[in-house]
Amino acid sequence: MTSTATRPLGARARAAIAAKTLRTDRWWFAPLITVVGLTAWVAYATVRVFMHKWYWVEDFHYLTPFYSPCVTDRCVENASHFGQFLPGWWIIPDAALTLPFLLLFRLTCYYYRKAYYRSFWLSPPACAVPDGHKTYGGETRFPLLGQNLHRYFFYAAAIISLINTYDAILAFHSPKGFGFGLGNLILIGNVVMLWAYTISCHSCRHIIGGRLKHFSKHPLRYRAWTGVSWLNVRHMQLAWITLGTLALTDFYVMAVAADWFPDLRFIN
Amino acid sequence: MAERNSPAAGDAAAKRQFRIWRGDDTGGDLQDYMVEVNEGEVVLDVIHRLQATDAPDLACRWNCKAGKCGSCSMEINGKPRLACMTRMSTFEEDETVTVTPLRTFPVIRDLVTDVSFNYEKARETPAFAPPADVAPGDYRMQQVDVERSQEFRKCIECFLCQNVCHVIRDHEENKPAFSGPRFFIRAAELDMHPLDARTDRKQYAQSEMGLGYCNITKCCTEVCPEHIKITDNGIIPMKERVVDRRYDPLVWLGSKIFRRGETPQSSVTSARAAGPAARPNLDGVHSHAGGSHDPQAEAQAQSGVNWHREVPHPTAPAVDERGKLPLTELTFDRAAAPSPFGDDVTFPLPPEHLNFAHPEQDKH
Amino acid sequence: MTTTTRIERHHYDVVVIGAGGAGLRAAIEARLAGKKTAIISKSLFGKAHTVMAEGGAAAAMGNVNPRDSWQVHFRDTMRGGKFLNNFRMAELHAKESPQRIWELETYGALFDRTKDGKISQRNFGGHEYPRLAHVGDRTGLELIRTLQQKIVSLQQEDKAEFGDYEARIKVFSETTITELLLDGDRVAGAFGYYRESGEFVLFETPAVVLATGGVGRSYKVTSNSWEYTGDGHALALRAGATLINMEFLQFHPTGMVWPPSVKGILVTESVRGDGGVLKNSDGKRFMFDYVPDVFRKQYAETEEEADRWYTDPDNNRRPPELLPRDEVARAINSEVKAGRGTPAGGVYLDIASRLPAEEIRRRLPSMYHQFKELADVDITKEPMEVGPTCHYVMGGVEVDPDSGAAAGHVRGLFAAGEVSGGMHGSNRLGGNSLSDLLVFGKRAGGHAASYTDTLASRPKVAVPAVEAAVETALAPLQRDTGESPYTLQQDLQAVMGDLVGIIRREGELADALVRLAELRERVAKVSASGGRRYNPGWHLALDLRNMLVVSECTAKAALERRESRGGHTREDHPTMDPQWRRVNLVCSLEGDTVQLTRKPLPKMRSELITLFDRAELAKYLTDEELAEFDALAEKES
Repeated sequence: MTSTATRPLGARARAAIAAKTLRTDRWWFAPLITVVGLTAWVAYATVRVFMHKWYWVEDFHYLTPFYSPCVTDRCVENASHFGQFLPGWWIIPDAALTLPFLLLFRLTCYYYRKAYYRSFWLSPPACAVPDGHKTYGGETRFPLLGQNLHRYFFYAAAIISLINTYDAILAFHSPKGFGFGLGNLILIGNVVMLWAYTISCHSCRHIIGGRLKHFSKHPLRYRAWTGVSWLNVRHMQLAWITLGTLALTDFYVMAVAADWFPDLRFIN
Repeated sequence: MAERNSPAAGDAAAKRQFRIWRGDDTGGDLQDYMVEVNEGEVVLDVIHRLQATDAPDLACRWNCKAGKCGSCSMEINGKPRLACMTRMSTFEEDETVTVTPLRTFPVIRDLVTDVSFNYEKARETPAFAPPADVAPGDYRMQQVDVERSQEFRKCIECFLCQNVCHVIRDHEENKPAFSGPRFFIRAAELDMHPLDARTDRKQYAQSEMGLGYCNITKCCTEVCPEHIKITDNGIIPMKERVVDRRYDPLVWLGSKIFRRGETPQSSVTSARAAGPAARPNLDGVHSHAGGSHDPQAEAQAQSGVNWHREVPHPTAPAVDERGKLPLTELTFDRAAAPSPFGDDVTFPLPPEHLNFAHPEQDKH
Repeated sequence: MTTTTRIERHHYDVVVIGAGGAGLRAAIEARLAGKKTAIISKSLFGKAHTVMAEGGAAAAMGNVNPRDSWQVHFRDTMRGGKFLNNFRMAELHAKESPQRIWELETYGALFDRTKDGKISQRNFGGHEYPRLAHVGDRTGLELIRTLQQKIVSLQQEDKAEFGDYEARIKVFSETTITELLLDGDRVAGAFGYYRESGEFVLFETPAVVLATGGVGRSYKVTSNSWEYTGDGHALALRAGATLINMEFLQFHPTGMVWPPSVKGILVTESVRGDGGVLKNSDGKRFMFDYVPDVFRKQYAETEEEADRWYTDPDNNRRPPELLPRDEVARAINSEVKAGRGTPAGGVYLDIASRLPAEEIRRRLPSMYHQFKELADVDITKEPMEVGPTCHYVMGGVEVDPDSGAAAGHVRGLFAAGEVSGGMHGSNRLGGNSLSDLLVFGKRAGGHAASYTDTLASRPKVAVPAVEAAVETALAPLQRDTGESPYTLQQDLQAVMGDLVGIIRREGELADALVRLAELRERVAKVSASGGRRYNPGWHLALDLRNMLVVSECTAKAALERRESRGGHTREDHPTMDPQWRRVNLVCSLEGDTVQLTRKPLPKMRSELITLFDRAELAKYLTDEELAEFDALAEKES
């Protein structure tokens, strides 16, 4: 039948099945928690970004990743490694140099795309559940064609991860010199997870070795690719974990900065 | 063990409620059946029992019954599955099992659908291009280099990924432009093949196969019975390879300055083109099956036997690179409309090339 | 004229029936020879039973062990077939299989590799050197997919040249051929129906290549798919060709018999090698009762000794579970017939109580996962129910070794693959079937193409023959009083499984023939309900007569051959008889009845027979033949 000339001309009809989906499991659950989770996180992040305070703990040099590096003229001096060249309007985030790229990095991330296309855009909400749209052009046209720029946001995100690492190292500080507290653990944990998420990116996997035709001629890159592939399998988990660690880190810094509770100090 | 597994023990067998879609392209509906189910059976066993008892003409496609041929694709409780790999024990005792044909393809009858879409797309995917200078037997490839492609070659062509993909499942109009996950991994397989001689597979995937339609919602990976990581290992690497060529600003700038095109070296067919002649650069040789240029066939025609006789195929007239007919004779190479049979057919056709059997002279 | 005028007709130079490995390879060859070729497949393109082959394709490439050569492969094949093979086929097969495998790489196949980048080869029972080219455990899938993609690439070439993919090669999938039509003694066409629509179709063609595979569906427990109804065997018989070696069927002693979802799936013999034991329904480890005298010295007599062997094989004798395949099968068969089998007709193969779960998963990963996934059977927790399973038929259409042309009184008919006979003799070596497909598929396709060149005029299809074919095909639909085809198939499977199974006895075989004759009456009156569109009941009704006639051949030949050899085990004649080695049993059809004749085996050429040791030949040859061999050896030295 595949290639016979017998079939009557013209397209034939699909099976007339009345129900839109016959799935009996809770297929709506995964998109629902994605919506809830992402919305909650975005709401929290928005509030925090425009708060313009409680991002810096002077005693221990804790800087929340949401304000790193701080580049507006209202910033705390020590939090601005790269100068203060932007005016302090409330609409301008204090980390205006990095936040847009971080946002775009996650927005164009292959995992997040799956997550929001399914849950927010309903295209499709779940497998074998109808798409919520009449027409569909996928990522063939502007603006979604821009998803292909993911690689460049990955480069930016890698640089930003370096900055975050720098922040985390600087935070081993106390008024007496070296210091080490719970905040450091949180900052370091966050940075490690950020690196894991960034490196596990599909674009990174491609650049590291995926683009090669002959692994055998590049043994080192092959090993690196194997490592990134191992992480890449966990990209979704890392995407959610880093949302958690980012919010947690930020909240911890905010709480300590606002004096809601003191930092738990191990050394100094 | 003996008691538990025995078919004769009786208590293991229980009647279960099945709803099966019966009908054809003119319509149909879900019909209820009560059918005996034994321990350890899969949905396909139950369908076979139905065929042997209540519904001898229930149409269902199957072959190996071991998850290796990919024939018994259907939708079970709304999920695209292989019936031979869906154990009855995965359902609750009192659960109704609903079985329907694949939704994305036209139905033939009952659970059998017309999957020719996939075979058409297979033909539009350029085949392996052997390296010109390597003789058979001299192929040398390292295991690490073939492993990625081998993963894709595990594909049993059950077409569940094609069926679940919303790009065509929910948007029939995308079918001409979109080849589907199965053929993206075929393109990836060949692009990652250590000895494949073609270098334009990524561009082809983007421009002819509709790679851009994929929004990586990963349903193909979810339903794959061979557990091929279709999205992570096939589609996304292909998208990245396209990015290498197409969205890298430096390469893009270079191609603008030096006018290096991004079009494929040659294409098997243009998915969006209306006719076979849509790519004029490809159709230098316009001929007809029947071998009118073949001396052997000529000789046979002389002796009254022509085993290659074949109706000349109407070919689309010459069109411009946008697939359109020239609007004005000023830019066209001849006056009046072009022949619908293409440029190289002149009438009358030589009779030995006709497939016409004369009612008197050619009677068997 | 009323019905036939409305039948769709196609003209082809070569029609290949069957789209498995052999069929596709034949079609490629015919198309490369410039012939207009049709491929007819009962199922979808690329779903053929070839996908089930796991082990690999045997070819003496010498990639792993450079001492391997075609001579060694030839020797192994002859040994495996107990010298009943057609020596020329075994020779061609051994010589040509490496080229056929290498050719696949140029079509895009990706075999597993050795360290230096060549095709890796693995060991397999009966092969002296590592010889099986493989891709994990899915070599058959790789083979069929590669050939399928090669056909697509040829179609793409045709598209570029003629503007039509199907200008010179076309696949008619889900199409069944029910009859070959003749013009005198020449093939003139093939008649069949589209499964999808039930419409009839007539292919006018001077050359037909049969590549329809085997006959396993006539058995209750089989690893074969529904397509294996012996269509090619029956078509050849009805067209006037002959079948040989039909008594030889390969059974695997331990295939799953229960649960139904895995029925027929083979349980590898390494389960027994790793400590699995066979038990009957009384829980008794019965293999100790079945050690034949000749093996008595090598096998343990107590369970304690047998169990010690797994850890200390040097100081203990082997457990009787490791007896040769046919002994194990005979034992299982006897237990079941004595009423000590499981309700599903098998025995228990227990590894769960013998090894820790972790160890089982480590040693048998794919078995563990297969059964877990397909049947939710946890082989680390419960025993398996196993029994003899029909796997492969060695017999088939008698062909000319070089061209694949069918013997008998028909011209233009070719056969390749499992449907052809002779290549494997009385038993097939693992891995030889995949290379057989390629070697003889290519030969049959090529010779079919050149046969068409020799014809001065094209054979014509006679209208009455088409009308008769239509009538036969429609008959089951028009009867509403007959029996259901499903019942008849079950009865046929019961007769073949119980009476013409792995272990045969004269009385049972005679009984089987009587029952088959009864079945023949019933099958003639089979009725199918429903319409013509995709009606599996009707399709089965039409396949039944093929299964029946092939079953008759098997039963008759099995009754006639009074010895045990390879895939034919007679309990009443348990040894090999050198006199019988010189004889092929040939089946043909006279009118409606199966005729059996004896035919001497062709004599091996001297440079081939001298590849063997005299000591080895002494086991197989008659004294007379040995004397000839001695004379030959003397002359050479």
